[in-house]
Amino acid sequence: MNSSTSTEAQSGRNAIEVRNLSFYYGAYKGLRNIHLDIPEGKVTAFIGPSGCGKSTLLRTLNRMYSLYPGQRAEGEILLYGQNILDPKQDLNLLRARVGMVFQKPTPFPMSIYDNIAFGVKLYENLSRSDMDDRVEWALTKAALWSEVKDKLNQSGLSLSGGQQQRLCIARSVAVKPQVLLLDEPTSALDPISTAKVEELVHELKTDYTIAIVTHNMQQAARCSDYTAYMYLGELMEVGETKELFFKPKRTETEDYITGRFG
Amino acid sequence: MELNNFNQALYRRRQRANAIGLGLSMGAMGLGLAVLLWILGVLFYNGVSALDWNLFTQSTPAPGSEGGGLANAIVGSLMMLGFSVLVSTPVGILAGIYLAEYGDQSKTASVTRFVTDIMLSAPSIVLGLFVYAIAVAPFGGFSGWAGSLALSLIAVPVVVRTTENMLRLVPGSLREAAFALGAPRWKVSLMVTLKAARSGVVTGLLLAIARISGETAPLLFTALNNQFFSTSMDKPLSNLPVVIFQFAMSPYDNWVRLAWGGALLITLAVLTLNIVARVFFRDSTKQ
Repeated sequence: MNSSTSTEAQSGRNAIEVRNLSFYYGAYKGLRNIHLDIPEGKVTAFIGPSGCGKSTLLRTLNRMYSLYPGQRAEGEILLYGQNILDPKQDLNLLRARVGMVFQKPTPFPMSIYDNIAFGVKLYENLSRSDMDDRVEWALTKAALWSEVKDKLNQSGLSLSGGQQQRLCIARSVAVKPQVLLLDEPTSALDPISTAKVEELVHELKTDYTIAIVTHNMQQAARCSDYTAYMYLGELMEVGETKELFFKPKRTETEDYITGRFG
Repeated sequence: MELNNFNQALYRRRQRANAIGLGLSMGAMGLGLAVLLWILGVLFYNGVSALDWNLFTQSTPAPGSEGGGLANAIVGSLMMLGFSVLVSTPVGILAGIYLAEYGDQSKTASVTRFVTDIMLSAPSIVLGLFVYAIAVAPFGGFSGWAGSLALSLIAVPVVVRTTENMLRLVPGSLREAAFALGAPRWKVSLMVTLKAARSGVVTGLLLAIARISGETAPLLFTALNNQFFSTSMDKPLSNLPVVIFQFAMSPYDNWVRLAWGGALLITLAVLTLNIVARVFFRDSTKQ
């Protein structure tokens, strides 16, 4: 585990600052007055029981919820100082800066190569050879290159589940976002693939700020620098992963991480 | 022992119910299959003698003359079908994309959906009459164009509906994944969801073609018929359904024989289209 001292954390910048965020599914309030900093270049994990709002919070960070009428957020989310909840925010540009990987692998119905190139082509005009380089770079980053380099023209759907998920990570990495959101990225994977993805998270944080939702507390302990514990739409406690797991400040957090409830 | 007896009674009852249910559905299937085979049998019995080279090379014979074929009707039908497909494919697919990807909640979409459903169930003779009123009567004559238009009106709603339904089968997570990369909606629709649903969409197209290739009523009002070989879409255009309609009830033996030949030809074409559609859908959903 990579330990970060509190002095480092204080000196580092915040990639995202969430201020007084509330979220509504229609009339139902899914998030209540969240305040949270997500430091740059670190891994921040969100844990908590099902339905506590951790995925909801993640989906506000790239405004995924805006696809669905009836869902709305109040408050402020600052991405490097700029409020992304501003109605004038261009959602496509935002999502190019804040990438997301989902619970289930979702390869597009096209070749492995095109799966990666699809996102890159949206915002960059690369020559064929530059694109080849980018595809190789992204697949290498996602630890998939050696497994697929001889079958880049095959369908992305032909890969195994774990490979598909790494393809999805490569696809998000390829567009070079500033922040990477991972929504339970290993819940559909076998233990070996899970270990690979966790290793990947570790590697990727040198270049990206990562926010990961997980229902697996060991995973949060293994691969995050900071952990946020959520319960019933509220952020109960956030702190350095080590501290939160060994010396939680609130008894609710302690109850959850020691398995007394949840 | 008590419990055991009870279970056996229940088990026997279930077996009986299963046998009855299975028997009924097998019976229904047998009935449907028998009718289909009967139709095919009659068509083959009467039509196979007309299936020769002349059918494809000679035009429909004049009253009283010997021999003849259906070349003009086959070509006319193919031309009208071709133009209808050319029109209804883009219109139908784009409208389907709009309904599935853009107009989830909007008023325009629900109105479009409603109108499409009405069009789907509208009697084809009504559509024929409509085209007669707007494209035949004012321009002073029957034409292949009018026939194509009438067929398109029948095909478009079929394509719209199947496209929408197939796009709706694409999981929302795939859409979200594409949006999460910063793709605009039109790109998500065309390059991801339409691609994911393409086998279903193509199947819908093939079924729409199958549907319009046998339509007679709308062509009676629009393309009418042409005894001679013609490829002019501005003039009355011969076509298989109307030729069958006219020849089958004529007093000339060779005409009646040609009508059966034409009917067999259409049936075989539609059957082939359906089989191709099924094979296509099955093969591409596997991957």
